[in-house]
Amino acid sequence: MRDLTQEILELIRLTSTDLPPDVELQLRKALDQEEPGSAARGALEAILTNVMMTRRNSTPICQDTGTPIFFVRYPEGYSPRVIREQIRAAIAEATRKSYLRPNAVDSLNGKNTGNNLGDHYFPTIHFEEADVDLLTIELILKGGGCENVGAQYSLPDNRLKAGRDLEGVRRTALDAVWQAQGEGCAPGFLGITIGGDRGSGYTASKEALLRNNDEANPDPDLAALEERITHEANELGIGPMGFGGKSTVLGTKITSSHRLPASFFVTISYMCWAYRRRKMTITADQVQYS
Amino acid sequence: MTKNLSLPISDETIRGLSVGESVTLSGVMVTGRDAVHKWLMDTFIAPKRTPTEDDQEVYSAIRPLLQGSVIYHCGPVVAGLDTKQYRFVAAGPTTSIREEPYQGDVMRHFNMKGAIGKGGMGTKTLRACQEVPGVYFHAIGGAASLIAQSVQKVLTVYKLDFGVPEAIWVIEVKDFPVVVTMDSHGNSLHAGVREQSKVQLERLLA
Repeated sequence: MRDLTQEILELIRLTSTDLPPDVELQLRKALDQEEPGSAARGALEAILTNVMMTRRNSTPICQDTGTPIFFVRYPEGYSPRVIREQIRAAIAEATRKSYLRPNAVDSLNGKNTGNNLGDHYFPTIHFEEADVDLLTIELILKGGGCENVGAQYSLPDNRLKAGRDLEGVRRTALDAVWQAQGEGCAPGFLGITIGGDRGSGYTASKEALLRNNDEANPDPDLAALEERITHEANELGIGPMGFGGKSTVLGTKITSSHRLPASFFVTISYMCWAYRRRKMTITADQVQYS
Repeated sequence: MTKNLSLPISDETIRGLSVGESVTLSGVMVTGRDAVHKWLMDTFIAPKRTPTEDDQEVYSAIRPLLQGSVIYHCGPVVAGLDTKQYRFVAAGPTTSIREEPYQGDVMRHFNMKGAIGKGGMGTKTLRACQEVPGVYFHAIGGAASLIAQSVQKVLTVYKLDFGVPEAIWVIEVKDFPVVVTMDSHGNSLHAGVREQSKVQLERLLA
């Protein structure tokens, strides 16, 4: 296969510096909701100024360029080993170019590798060979502040009176948003997995965040629950940065996974307002970014 | 309505600040986050280890910079690492609550007038803000390139062996935009929002 290192480097640059239009649109709607002169509105104004500035200057939206999480879907015949090498080379190059901050820290001795390359799990790369014609690579950059406020609940949860049903999911989601307060850089977005095991639940909750904001959930019950959670989370009044205000959560994406009879996990990944996700599609002679 | 303040800040000015006020800061400040706070604590404030020569040198250098000034919870993206012509490319705040076990003691030790970060801090820090006195300044999380523009110059860096995000960067800022969310009179916007949102949560889960 051809060397895609430069094309992946462009995917990383785009993801780190150019917020997707559907996310920006949600932020603009949020701005209109907040009172003129309020700290909440001031925060959103600064956020949107920053978004325009980074797009123009090709500088990182947020200094915490996060964990790079890749989702690769490839047709039969591609080598995941080779793609991994190219992704890692692109990550190191993007770090040299200041599109990414060196973020890979050895957990035992505290040493930063300086180039964002850690062990097999850093950067995170999910591979799937699929019945597709084109290779696609999707990237999410997820910062530590919002990753730290992610939460996993094992239902039933007595404290929250959350049973093994959609009402239980609603209760845990609102609790997670309340626990997060402003620490996950609100207004945020929620990726939620119902079911799975502890590991697959977190992976699927991030995969749910790949969905576009205007892409409705095909399951009508889940679509309704997504809307309700977003709406009620905003009634908490936590607001941008936790300053108080009307916009706390700008979107919710729910997915469900099979579970063991004994387990019922609800896993919530909180994504900060700097919801950096981009996709590249590789055809025979060109690369498309979206 | 925005107050323009110079660093270092006098006690009188600190006491004149209240929760909700918009402020811009100009002058010299240092960055410090998880590794720096733990290092200060374990090496100098409640010593668990003997300082090395390098530790002593860095301590002597940053002490006068922290006195009367503020520490910025920030792990920047820095250009010019190979040439040492450092320039901040992106430099928004990191989540401050991780420094809650240390912050109050660090403020008292250096007579430091507070911290800049995001997400707010807890009761230990709030108490130190009343005593020292000090304030907590909230910067806009994620607005990293916008904030980097107010960093005029990187004067020097210490403890680069902690890694770029965790090092002590000494920076000169001009009109660095923040909001006071914890003041020296015992008020915390964060405590207020937590309490009010708890009432709403209980209503929604009733």
